[in-house]
Amino acid sequence: MIAEAGLAALWLAAALCALQLALVAIGMKEGRGDLIAAVRPVAMVQGLLAAASFLILIWLFVRSDMSVELVVANSHSAKPLMYRIAGAWGNHEGSMLMWVTVLAIAGACIAAFERQLTSAMHAATMGAQAFIGLGFYAFLLFASNPFARLSPPAPEGLGLNPLLQDPGLAFHPPTLYIGYVGLSIAFSFAVGALVTGEVGPKFARAMRPWVLIAWIFLTIGITAGSYWAYYELGWGGWWFWDPVENASLMPWLAATALLHSVSVLATRDGLRAWTLMLAVVAFSMSMVGTFLVRSGILTSVHAFAVDPTRGTFILVLLALYIGGALALYGSRVAHVRSGAPFDPVSREGALVANNLLLSVILAIVLIGTLYPLIADGLFSEQLSVGPPYFNATAGPIALLLVAIMAAGPLLRWRSDRLGALGARLRFAVIAGATMALALVILGAEAGVMPFIGLVLAAGVAVASLAPLWGRNLKRTPLFTWGMVIAHLGIAVSLAGMSANAAFTKETLAAARFGDVLEVGPFRVKFMGVRPVAGPNWSALEAELRAVRGGAPMRLLPQARFFASPPTNTNEAAIRTLWDGQLYAVMGARDDDRWQIRLWWKPFVTLIWLGGALIALGGLLSLVGRWRRERAAALRESWL
Amino acid sequence: MRRWALWLPLAFFAVVLAVVGYGLVRPPDEPLRSHLVGQRLPAFSLPAALPGRPTVTGAATGEPRLINIFASWCVPCIAEAPQLLQLEAAGARIDAIAIRDTPADIARFLDRHGDPFAAIGRDDASKVQLALGSAGVPETFVVDGNGVIRHQHLGNITEEDVPVLLAELEKAR
Repeated sequence: MIAEAGLAALWLAAALCALQLALVAIGMKEGRGDLIAAVRPVAMVQGLLAAASFLILIWLFVRSDMSVELVVANSHSAKPLMYRIAGAWGNHEGSMLMWVTVLAIAGACIAAFERQLTSAMHAATMGAQAFIGLGFYAFLLFASNPFARLSPPAPEGLGLNPLLQDPGLAFHPPTLYIGYVGLSIAFSFAVGALVTGEVGPKFARAMRPWVLIAWIFLTIGITAGSYWAYYELGWGGWWFWDPVENASLMPWLAATALLHSVSVLATRDGLRAWTLMLAVVAFSMSMVGTFLVRSGILTSVHAFAVDPTRGTFILVLLALYIGGALALYGSRVAHVRSGAPFDPVSREGALVANNLLLSVILAIVLIGTLYPLIADGLFSEQLSVGPPYFNATAGPIALLLVAIMAAGPLLRWRSDRLGALGARLRFAVIAGATMALALVILGAEAGVMPFIGLVLAAGVAVASLAPLWGRNLKRTPLFTWGMVIAHLGIAVSLAGMSANAAFTKETLAAARFGDVLEVGPFRVKFMGVRPVAGPNWSALEAELRAVRGGAPMRLLPQARFFASPPTNTNEAAIRTLWDGQLYAVMGARDDDRWQIRLWWKPFVTLIWLGGALIALGGLLSLVGRWRRERAAALRESWL
Repeated sequence: MRRWALWLPLAFFAVVLAVVGYGLVRPPDEPLRSHLVGQRLPAFSLPAALPGRPTVTGAATGEPRLINIFASWCVPCIAEAPQLLQLEAAGARIDAIAIRDTPADIARFLDRHGDPFAAIGRDDASKVQLALGSAGVPETFVVDGNGVIRHQHLGNITEEDVPVLLAELEKAR
């Protein structure tokens, strides 16, 4: 009965979604304010129903209801509670239900909280949101029903991919999905603006918090996902340019560009058409990413089962939504008045450069991700585009982007002088030069890109703090703090990436008990191997004792075996020190010798610390803007 | 801005759509053969990819074998790993050539995705790969006991390819 209730809630939500679209269409066409007024409550109830449906699915997984096909295929009663819950979205149908739920809740949030837009603009936005929702409801109900029953019920479930049995990953998809689908709000806003022609600072200020929220979640999701891949996959790498990773990076790049162009629109009423374009592109990238992952047309370590029917379904939805929005853009954007003009050397100019470079990186990632298909189609060649392509192409542009980021916040709006900028950047230049000198004097053997990266990181870290100079720190608005901290986060992350690329030391050995291995400044003694057991796995655990002066540290990497489904995984042992991480993986056995792999990764943790700072900056900015809007609203109501 | 330029994003999207649409409907791989199929392997010897493991050579081995061309950085190679393990379990001898790779990455790859290989050589500049007439990774050659290439498989080995390759090995016996 519970599963049927979930399905019923989903059907009802879909029906309300259709009603919402009809209300907007008829209401706007015939100018019926009463119909438009009904849109808000309908959207809110739709959100509640979708959420109820999703909660019911989670409940079925928690109870291990083996009469539901999806539970049987993706869960097991011996799983710890947290992973039974996560199992609800660790599969195609469940994750699509989560997608639709976030979409419906996003719609409900605009209905409940968005009060700045004119009623026509709000209605058009809600209509766009319903139009998107309808397609994905259809996809769920007709091609991916998560509540399908299994008759007769199975005695036990088949389990969940043990790689996914990890606290970080359990909550990674929800975070990422809130980011992906949260961008649908910006998309719907842009469609609404194209329909009504209302683009300006007010529109930008209304859209900005929604974009920020989605962007914060995306940033957290990508950072956490990168750390997960780093410690769980046991490869010692933190980014693999895998199609699924790219699928999360592309919306983030577009959303980052959008955040910056929207601030030009909000502050200076410039970049109107471009902001609309980015709002369309950001969510389009979310949808393209979903399509690439779901359809299985690109082989990926993350991909769920290949299914051409579902692929075709999503492709049609993509054509409809993205194609429709871009066609609307082509036909309507000429009616949007162009915004205020500005000089090339100005805050706007730097933000335009930021936008262009982010867009170039986005294009590079998109083309690289799709290139295996292009090569196959045009040259009948099968190949895989790997890190060498992405690092060589996106890397230098990203460095240039970071350099511009140092200057941007120090420029004045509308027009500025280069000489004045140089003076404001002098401490940053000194910091960068000091770093360069230190690297040369210490004889650090960094490659060209890591060297530039480290120098830039030092300079940008200082430059990012420059907007605070000469200010009363207590009276500096929270959103300025947000910008400073987010930019500082970029510098910190860049420092981590560069240090990791330049100074990582690696040792691979087949070791006997008692052998001593060396990696970087450490001497690591292989003490022995012993069996250990967990709730649904057993493992061999190696004991390593690492010394770098001072007390020895124990590292316990494991080779785990999961019984259902039968899978081997490696649990890396990672010891975080102030200046980096010691990373140990245990490999296969060969007679009396064991493969042991060790890495010393100086300052690698800065990569994710930077990511966290970027997200924190976003959060401060969000709260700061919210406070200011509220204060402004209060002032208005006083007048 | 000119009017037509406003339609460029839509045009670009149409191209992307065509590419991914093609990805959905593209026909199964056609067997593009190396011109060396039916001829003896060129003479080659490669450095061993992993310490303490034998390497692969072009010499006749007296029994049929598979030569798998792979790389730790190649995603389709991950997809074919279970099928290689199946082939090994079915009694096939599999030698491997790792393309543009490092010992540490190879070891990690094998650890992660299984190690069905009797011997592994390292081809850091793709020289042997090109000499064999292979254009990409992964590819798999069926070589008989006299060192003659009997069959070439392009791309990753899928479930359906396993019996085909076993039959080719049997024919090469």
